[in-house]
Amino acid sequence: MVALFLGSHALYNFDQRKRKPTPTHLAFVYSPLQNFQLELFLSPVFVIAYFSPVHRGLYNQRCYSSVTLFEDSVLHVNVEGADTEALYVCTPGKVPIMESVTDVLQAAIDWASLAFEAPFARADVFGVHIGGHLFVEGLLFVVIFYLLSQKSYKPPKRPLTDKEIDELCDEWTPEPLIPVLPEEMQCEPPQLESAAGPHTIISGKEVVNLASANYLGLLGHKKLLDSCTSSLEKYGVGSCGPRGFYGTIDVHLDCEARIAKFLGTPDSILYSYGLSTNFSAIPAFSKKGDIIVVDEGVHWGIQNGLHLSRSTIVYFKHNDMASLQRILEKITVEKKRAKEIRRYIVIEAVYQNSGQIAPLDEIIILKEKYRFRLLMDESNSFGVLGHSGRGLTEYYGVPIEKIDIVTAAMGHSLAAEGGFCTGSARVIDHQRLSSSGYVFSASLPPYLASAAISAIDVLEENPNLITKLKENVALLWAGLSGLHGLKIVSNPHSPIVFLKLKDSTGSLKSDLQLLEDIADQLLREHNVFVVVSKRSTLDKCPLPVGIRLFVSAGHSQADLEKVCESLNSVVPSVLNNRR
Amino acid sequence: MITIPYLTALTTYFSYGLLFAFGQLRDLFRRIIDRWNSSNLQGYAPICLGLEDFYIRRLYLRIQDCFGRPIASAPDAWFDVVERYSNDHNKTLKRTDKIRRCLNLGSYNYLGFAAADEYCTPRAIESLKKFSASTCSSRVDGGTTTLHAELDECVAKFVGKPAALVFGMGYVTNSAIIPVLIGKGGLILSDSLNHSSIVNGARGSGATIRVFQHNTPSHLEKVLREQIAEGQPRTHRPWKKIIVVVEGIYSMEGELCKLPEIVAVCKKYKAYVYLDEAHSIGAVGKTGRGVCELLGVDTADVDIMMGTFTKSFGSCGGYIAGSKQLIQYLKYTCPAHLYGTSISPPAAQQILSAIKVLLGEDGSSRGAQKLARIRENSNFFRSELQKMGFEVLGDNDSPVMPIMLYNPSKIPAFSRECLKQNVAVVVVGFPATPLLLSRARICISASHTREDLARALEVISQVGDLVGIKYFPAAPKKEHQEDKMVKLD
Repeated sequence: MVALFLGSHALYNFDQRKRKPTPTHLAFVYSPLQNFQLELFLSPVFVIAYFSPVHRGLYNQRCYSSVTLFEDSVLHVNVEGADTEALYVCTPGKVPIMESVTDVLQAAIDWASLAFEAPFARADVFGVHIGGHLFVEGLLFVVIFYLLSQKSYKPPKRPLTDKEIDELCDEWTPEPLIPVLPEEMQCEPPQLESAAGPHTIISGKEVVNLASANYLGLLGHKKLLDSCTSSLEKYGVGSCGPRGFYGTIDVHLDCEARIAKFLGTPDSILYSYGLSTNFSAIPAFSKKGDIIVVDEGVHWGIQNGLHLSRSTIVYFKHNDMASLQRILEKITVEKKRAKEIRRYIVIEAVYQNSGQIAPLDEIIILKEKYRFRLLMDESNSFGVLGHSGRGLTEYYGVPIEKIDIVTAAMGHSLAAEGGFCTGSARVIDHQRLSSSGYVFSASLPPYLASAAISAIDVLEENPNLITKLKENVALLWAGLSGLHGLKIVSNPHSPIVFLKLKDSTGSLKSDLQLLEDIADQLLREHNVFVVVSKRSTLDKCPLPVGIRLFVSAGHSQADLEKVCESLNSVVPSVLNNRR
Repeated sequence: MITIPYLTALTTYFSYGLLFAFGQLRDLFRRIIDRWNSSNLQGYAPICLGLEDFYIRRLYLRIQDCFGRPIASAPDAWFDVVERYSNDHNKTLKRTDKIRRCLNLGSYNYLGFAAADEYCTPRAIESLKKFSASTCSSRVDGGTTTLHAELDECVAKFVGKPAALVFGMGYVTNSAIIPVLIGKGGLILSDSLNHSSIVNGARGSGATIRVFQHNTPSHLEKVLREQIAEGQPRTHRPWKKIIVVVEGIYSMEGELCKLPEIVAVCKKYKAYVYLDEAHSIGAVGKTGRGVCELLGVDTADVDIMMGTFTKSFGSCGGYIAGSKQLIQYLKYTCPAHLYGTSISPPAAQQILSAIKVLLGEDGSSRGAQKLARIRENSNFFRSELQKMGFEVLGDNDSPVMPIMLYNPSKIPAFSRECLKQNVAVVVVGFPATPLLLSRARICISASHTREDLARALEVISQVGDLVGIKYFPAAPKKEHQEDKMVKLD
């Protein structure tokens, strides 16, 4: 081995100008081994030698065609181009400079050859002659094998002792369950002493209620009350079970069929709570790896659904179609596998956080161009938009089949509770076993399903409710157009009239406080009950807060005039006091 | 832990294997036929991906008639099950006008408040007239009526906590509150068999989730020690807080939570306890106050108490009870409170009245009778089932008793045969239980009479023989042995 190493070293130092091996260099290639080729092949040095640039160069330059080593230090180098074969005979010790090195070498070789000449080294095993080199190689393999079998170095693991863990556990002090409450978190919302209709009673005074999303004024409608009463008598209050386990009551199926018939879809599915509709339906259809493009202004129910779906979420600017198109384009171009994954656009028909209406016609064009499915929440548009209250699709004259999944809460215009999702039979059937809020939750109390059925009946019989609501919204718009300090940011057709501060104070907290002051004063001094859009700490909606006026068809002209008048007098005074 | 017999496990695996193989075969043919017909996807990815609904298409649909049976009456002790028929091998089921009067062993009607009640129903209707069916508004806006305020107070008093807050839906209560209490840098230690709403809430919170073995305080302690010593993953900073989430009664197991031990462990390691009493509130305990009362745990030691009104109270919604500060904090941060429609007034009134009945504030002893009855009924039914040789899970006093079925074919067999004899039972398979551990679940109600239960036992015993689910030898032998042992003693 040593010899071979030195040999390759010598070759490495080969005089490049001459491009010929010289005896001086080759003198080091001394080996007691019998077959140089074999040894080269077997030893790691061959690898070094073969791949060392000069050595390879020798081959490439065709300086020699073969190198053969004979017994007793005779190196046979066949140099092409030379007239004759050169036979170099060399012995160690003839190179003066390297004399001392070769002495050491000689000692090592002597030792090695002693080992080879050991009696067992020349034994015959099963007729195979065990030569000295085989013995060395065997040894070499053993060493290599030993080294390979050793694990790579790792610092020794010293697990914590029980005592140490005890100490750590003692040391650990958790944060309090909830942070210390700031002062503004101490006030309570006003308590209603009667039904939350267009007029309600707060602290003994009758007030105009603009805090309930009772858009059609169906709250307290006789037909609804009657159906609820008979349902309560027949079915009791709760259903005492999830839909799968005897919690399906015939009115649930009737209600599902009624909604589907009203909207013209094949089927629909009832959820027991409006908020749970979205956060159950979205994860049922979108999983890890799927893409959801969503408006940044969506309400928390949708946000939570997006989070639970673990899909890739991309937000586009609130109601900004250019932004939506950019994002769709980008996704389609960037994602090469976009065709194979499910892609959704999620929007609200009327945004609860701003009162804006989504431009459905443009969205449909984009959706079809880029082949995205559309999930639309119609919570605030069902029963409100369109000439017969069938929602945003009717408003834009878009067939409802174009929208893959439609969800809505029934706690708004239908004056009941719960939510529904409607779409193709496949979409609905899939939810019946895959939607966690449907499968794992008790079903909607049957009387609320009856209420929803009656509400749709009433709506179908009285389309003038929608006209009345439209007029009321227009009335409020006209009365508030000159309002100082606040700006209407909602759509003129939206039943939510959203008032935003013209000049924000700079922080969400102080904005909220200012708006709360306005609402407080309206309630206390003018008997007008309005609410500020509040934000949970979990809500990631970036839109500004504001005063949200829920207009109802039940409001009379006088009510709305009073509201406008009060707002016009209170807002400037509060804002001025502030300054 | 459920130990499944070796042979049963083998046959169960074989059954599922067979179903899977045939399902795949049918899918193969469907794919071939689909290739024939042109695809109508037009560049969309399929809305339900292949294996995602394989289970539904090829396994669930075959036995769809055992689930979601519609009823046409209140879910009382006896109810009307609507008969259905199918013309396309169970793919779709159509309702008929025919009705079958069945004994109800499926609804969570523990105290019998589901049906019209002499005290509760008139009051619910009264509140409907006064407050209408909905408020169309969230609690922080215009959804807090005097009724809601009264309910909050009443619930707090009933469960024994300083304050409480009621939400419109039980599922949302869990899934919207856990994210408020804990976030990134926190640790949620959840029982392995916790309800899906807790799992959803925990996932939504962004906190790290670790699971401990079902109802095993020793494993909880082990995990707690490990986690506190290790700290947060990667950064190894100490956890901000640790919340241990357990349920009072596990609805699929019928087991009572080992609350005293778990509370002791949590106290030792300064973890907060979140107790979900969805099935236990109202159903167990001397005065119906849930597992804390039954197992003698001071409610002050349970930091967050959650429960639902869907079960014992025959209403809907859920509550969270805790310290005054906690509830006040939730009122400002919890999305269910800020965005969810407030609980429907008649439902709120139903809860109020039911609690009053339980506490005897209605001027009768009906509440106490109901509580005594459910306890007697449950223990009687459980012991009888066990005597017959069924493998019944769960603890005494728990009104939920699962009977193990194991083989997938026994799920529909048991359900259909029981229904033939006018007993409606709930059968549960994957995904609500592990694949091997399919079961039938009996929920006992205080409204069941002894005759009802005797009839149910007779039917179940017959069907049990037919289906072959009496995995243990029938009891007389056992009793005999016990007698002998007593004599020997």
